[in-house]
Amino acid sequence: MAKIRCALIGPGNIGTDLLYKLKRSEVLEPVWMVGIDPTSDGLARARDMGLKTTSDGVDGLLAHIEADNIQIAFDATSAYAHAETSRKLTEKGVKVIDLTPAAIGPFCVPPVNLQDHLNKGEENVNMVTCGGQATIPMVFAVSRVQPVCYGEIVATVASKSAGPGTRKNIDEFTQTTSGAISKVGGAKQGKAIIILNPAEPPLMMRDTIHCITETEPQQDAIIESVKAMEKEVQKYVPGYRVKEGPVFDGNRVSVFVEVRGRGDYLPEYAGNLDIMTAAAARTAEMFAEQMLKA
Amino acid sequence: MNLKGKKIRLHDMSLRDGMHSIRHQFTVQNMQDLSQALDKARVPLIEVTHGDGIAGSSVNYGFGLHSDKDYLEAVIPHLKNAQVSVLMLPGIGTIKDLQMVEDLGVKTIRVATHCTEADVSEQHIKYSAKRGFDTVGFLMMSHMASPEKILEQAKLMHSYGANCLYMTDSAGHMLPEEVKAKIGILRAEFPDTIELGFHGHHNLGMAIANSLAAIEAGATRIDGSVAGFGAGAGNTPLEVFAAVCDLYGIETGVDVSALMDAAEDVAVPIMVKNNELPRINRDSLTLGYAGVYSSFLLHARRAEEKHKIPAREILMELGRRGTVGGQEDMIEDVALEMLRARRG
Repeated sequence: MAKIRCALIGPGNIGTDLLYKLKRSEVLEPVWMVGIDPTSDGLARARDMGLKTTSDGVDGLLAHIEADNIQIAFDATSAYAHAETSRKLTEKGVKVIDLTPAAIGPFCVPPVNLQDHLNKGEENVNMVTCGGQATIPMVFAVSRVQPVCYGEIVATVASKSAGPGTRKNIDEFTQTTSGAISKVGGAKQGKAIIILNPAEPPLMMRDTIHCITETEPQQDAIIESVKAMEKEVQKYVPGYRVKEGPVFDGNRVSVFVEVRGRGDYLPEYAGNLDIMTAAAARTAEMFAEQMLKA
Repeated sequence: MNLKGKKIRLHDMSLRDGMHSIRHQFTVQNMQDLSQALDKARVPLIEVTHGDGIAGSSVNYGFGLHSDKDYLEAVIPHLKNAQVSVLMLPGIGTIKDLQMVEDLGVKTIRVATHCTEADVSEQHIKYSAKRGFDTVGFLMMSHMASPEKILEQAKLMHSYGANCLYMTDSAGHMLPEEVKAKIGILRAEFPDTIELGFHGHHNLGMAIANSLAAIEAGATRIDGSVAGFGAGAGNTPLEVFAAVCDLYGIETGVDVSALMDAAEDVAVPIMVKNNELPRINRDSLTLGYAGVYSSFLLHARRAEEKHKIPAREILMELGRRGTVGGQEDMIEDVALEMLRARRG
């Protein structure tokens, strides 16, 4: 079967983990890995896995886009570089899946709004943040039952799974995630908190989702909606699990989630990495299927 | 221990750490009364924010009765000498929140991270230093890392521009020898122009002794709260510490009697009114004993009420799991897990 050919930009933790997932895809073929440091481990690893590589940044890729028929690119670099990268790629007709918190394009949380983006044929979609991918489906699971005036999430990740990019951009994490809690999750107001925990052995990614409903929570409908959403996410992140809840306390509805990664590049505890790359791969696959049909 | 003639600066926490003790329910009037009493006692530095720092107001930590901005605006204009600091935790607050307080007359910004995660403070410390604030790097839960690790992390904060570095005993778990070793290694490695500070909690009854050990090892800023108004069993009781300093000949510049009055006539009535007197009891003692973040106390009590699992058992389990500051959401999670295990 024909596959849609892709480029990955940024050979760090996220780019490398994503590469493992694309290698398994039936509709995507990773062809290029783009970096900026010729001596980086990430580029060497990609070469070993059979990819073409360049250390000249996105400019090193541009000349090859037509010849190699690159139709989808993933940006796993930083929010600062993304605008320029995206402009250069979309000019050449490449669809961009943005894994930085730059959020130029609309937020994409697959079980909530991927179908809308497919219908609209967006040229750049943003994958929010790892915490957003793990929690916004649950905010939405409550807000599709009844109005949520406030949604708050606490994402706790193992120190070892947070790379230098995340650490330098921690404000972007909280701001992007809280924006998406309201824009995508459907809460009127959003707040996001991130905690790094250095415990050894590293703890599994865990997330707490608090929603304040405008009126008394419709418990049965919310329980059912949360269960259905858990299954939706599990389709592409098998280690996603509602650990406790929903817990009801007045108008507060709380859900406690754990994300066990697939252990592709970083070990299982790095569910934060897994859910981000799995969501990006899922998004690209849906776009690819649409392209293949056309 | 000869501490005679040492000069230190006391930093009062009651309007920030005290927020934890009364579920962040200070009225504006409470804050004004308390800050003015501290000012009168010549306390040079007072911290004002939500207990979990700027933008800490949340389901997870508890909503403040008022916003940080409202509190700061109400407090600062009425102070004659005292200056005001704010606390911020990257991952909870952002630079936008720091920009918000900039025009309100805040002089000191303290950026707090877990003691092994200093690199998340780069954006905020750089911003604060660049804008000319007295900039403090604040390493929380310092009992969880070795002196060498504390030094490595303090060096990061210093490299971003912090002019003062804190070794913080957020769990009230430390003993004086440990405080001395950790402040001592920092004092040996940093130039004299870099100030060192210590923030204690009284969960094991060691806050005064620990603060003295910090001074002996070279700290010149010491945090405390009048009447120990703070999380867990409270902070280092500031009026007691000021009196002890006097007897040792340590110069604090504060008026000890006026500080006693602030504690007795202003702080304690606020606690009584809110039905919360921070003191050493089996739950706060457990925080210190198990090395758990002091502000978990009231959350664990609430979980006890709701799920009928003793707070002490929840706190011991949180200690075993190596939870860090800010993980209040783990309290209900662990309580539910324990409940499930009990039901078999």
